[in-house]
Amino acid sequence: MRHIISILLENEPGALSRVVGLFSQRNFNIETLNVAPTEDPSLSRLTVTTEGDDRVIEQITKHLNKLIDVVKLVDLTEGNHIERELMLVKVKALGASRDEVKRTVDIFRAQIVDVTPSVYTVQITGDAGKLDAFVQAMAPIGILEVARTGVSGISRGDKILSL
Amino acid sequence: MELLSGADMIARFLQDEGIERIYGYPGGAALHIYDALFRQDKVKHILVRHEQAATHAADGYARASGKPGTVLVTSGPGATNAVTGIATAYMDSIPMVVLCGQVASHLIGEDAFQETDIVGVTRPIVKHSFAIKHPSEIPEVLKKAYYLAATGRPGPVVVDIPKDMTAPTERYEYVYPKKVKIRSYNPVTRGHSGQIKKAVDMMLKARRPVFYTGGGIVTSGASENLTALVKRLGFPITTTLMGIGSYPQTDAQSLGWLGMHGSYESNMAMHHADLIVAIGARFDDRVTNNTSKFCPTAKIVHVDIDPSSISKTVRADVPIVGPADSVINEMISLLQGREMANAEALPEWWTTIDGWRAEREGKLYEASQPGERLKPQEVIEAVYHITRGEAFVTTDVGQHQMFAAQYYKFDKPNRWITSGGLGTMGFGFPAAMGIKQNFPDDVVVCFTGEGSFQMMMQELSTCKQFGTGVKIINLNNGTLGMVRQWQDLNYKSRHAHSYVESLPDFQKLIEAYGFTALKVEHHDELDAALERTFADNDELVFLDIDVDPREHVYPMQVPLGAMRDMLLSKTERT
Ligand SMILES: Cc1ncc(C[n+]2csc(CCOP(=O)(O)OP(=O)(O)O)c2C)c(N)n1
Ligand SMILES: [Mg+2]
Repeated sequence: MRHIISILLENEPGALSRVVGLFSQRNFNIETLNVAPTEDPSLSRLTVTTEGDDRVIEQITKHLNKLIDVVKLVDLTEGNHIERELMLVKVKALGASRDEVKRTVDIFRAQIVDVTPSVYTVQITGDAGKLDAFVQAMAPIGILEVARTGVSGISRGDKILSL
Repeated sequence: MELLSGADMIARFLQDEGIERIYGYPGGAALHIYDALFRQDKVKHILVRHEQAATHAADGYARASGKPGTVLVTSGPGATNAVTGIATAYMDSIPMVVLCGQVASHLIGEDAFQETDIVGVTRPIVKHSFAIKHPSEIPEVLKKAYYLAATGRPGPVVVDIPKDMTAPTERYEYVYPKKVKIRSYNPVTRGHSGQIKKAVDMMLKARRPVFYTGGGIVTSGASENLTALVKRLGFPITTTLMGIGSYPQTDAQSLGWLGMHGSYESNMAMHHADLIVAIGARFDDRVTNNTSKFCPTAKIVHVDIDPSSISKTVRADVPIVGPADSVINEMISLLQGREMANAEALPEWWTTIDGWRAEREGKLYEASQPGERLKPQEVIEAVYHITRGEAFVTTDVGQHQMFAAQYYKFDKPNRWITSGGLGTMGFGFPAAMGIKQNFPDDVVVCFTGEGSFQMMMQELSTCKQFGTGVKIINLNNGTLGMVRQWQDLNYKSRHAHSYVESLPDFQKLIEAYGFTALKVEHHDELDAALERTFADNDELVFLDIDVDPREHVYPMQVPLGAMRDMLLSKTERT
């Protein structure tokens, strides 16, 4: 099963490489990885999505917790949560397909954020599934470039991941 | 207020931390630190002849004393030479702090002379690492390093120190930090009471229980508590290779150690058990054999300080995260006034176990006859007797290591010193050196093989400089015996590069360093040679013994089998 693990990490040099290194060292897989500072400058928040059965996920969270730079973590998929990813896509927009791109962008509630005579740059947010669907819909028209942020997430309701 | 340079802070911190002896080797990036060490006389520095030996010596000291070992090396090749020793300590959860010189901050990343990203290189084999960013943080970072190395599940910690951090011209305030706090690091101090109660109930209901304990008992100093618990319940106990000595091996309840070359009765008892109480052990693949066939009828209680060790390879029915000593204590108090639910079951279980013991009694190996080459096993037994089982025993890696584990009996923890997890040839001699220098009144024996000894024999020079009287017993079979054994069993005796051609004349080699070396070729010469070897506890003696190269280590678990599937000799199997 796919899991989204969010980690509060000491904002120290080398901390990120410990997390990433752990995944390769122990043969765990990383599907997406997203990291940025939080409101507390001493902490970064890192979100990984990974695939694995219960035993593997248990090992992943235990080993992550063992890293001294990991302050706290949560497996968001254990409860209700909000998952978002942002994607920027350049698609071919020539002749008849220019309209079709525009229509599809509207259907997906995406936005065109840059335009040239032959290219639209589209911005879209949503869960990973929505982004995948958009890529699929655009594929026949011609995708030129994709930049995805990787998943970020937060739990629903009053539950909070903080110090 | 006291102003000190970074280098002086390091020397001062080591004094204030109570570090008596460190192991190291100088070089450009570490020279300010060496100069600071020179200008004080509380912390003794032992100059090794190779940085790997510094790590093994500090590691040996740590295993024998239970306190963290300290290593000091220079950047680049100094640090990379230490890597094998860091990995060795990591795999066996040994507390150690490794201080590495580094090129000056402004040169980092420029492929400067003797620059290596040692924090990067060692990342997967340390508990944690630090890079010093400003001299003023040195006291606190060092305190954190020792704190992390020694608490929770211990392990090596690397501190990378750029040369400009130790410059003599820059001085900062020094205060010894008595305590440090790391917000993300809070090792558990006790186990979950509900779980412990559940475990105790299961113990009282068990019909065929076995204790299976490991290095965690030794590291956490829980031997006494463990012995009390095992005595109280009357259960059999087997230990891992790393746990040897955590329970007195000469006691009737001890089945010896288990796993690939463990005792027949240990592996049989584990296989047939209905309850396994694992404490401070990690269900390593050298113990479990094929996990899908592991102990089919057993429920498993697993106590460990490290949650990630629990249910890693074998699922625990009752996981307990906590330090061994406090969990065992709690078990003992919960047992007060309670009795086994099936009083008749335990004696029956012991009858079965005694049956297994009797099956193998007197059949472990065939002793040599007068005039013949000695068997390695009987040499170990003879050393056991002459040292009355009281020596610190280190080993290298190979057949001699397994024979030493099988035939030297340990009644105390911290005396059996071996590289279990990494299996590092070259470990034994420098580890023995580190122990002897810190425990000069004790007898320190290193069992080695002619292959392993040659990996770290340069330390003879260090022993000469510091007058270190270790006893080196070279079980010389003229071959990389353990490799050869696998080739005999799995490759139709095609001995690809397991024969050590051109062995040196060990006697002359040792004598070149000014030490005594004795050669034993036959059965009849052993006793006198041992008398001579152990005559003076301050003298390094090298005993080169020709042993039978055809000997295999048995029992040996059959690959992919269950615990009970073992080869018992060249012709028998279970
Ligand atoms: C550094 C290192 N290299 C290789 C090995 C693989 N290995 C394990 S045992 C062994 C042979 C050891 O030979 P020796 O020291 O003579 O001991 P013996 O088995 O003959 O008693 C080897 C090569 C190892 N454990 N460590
Ligand atoms: Mg050999």
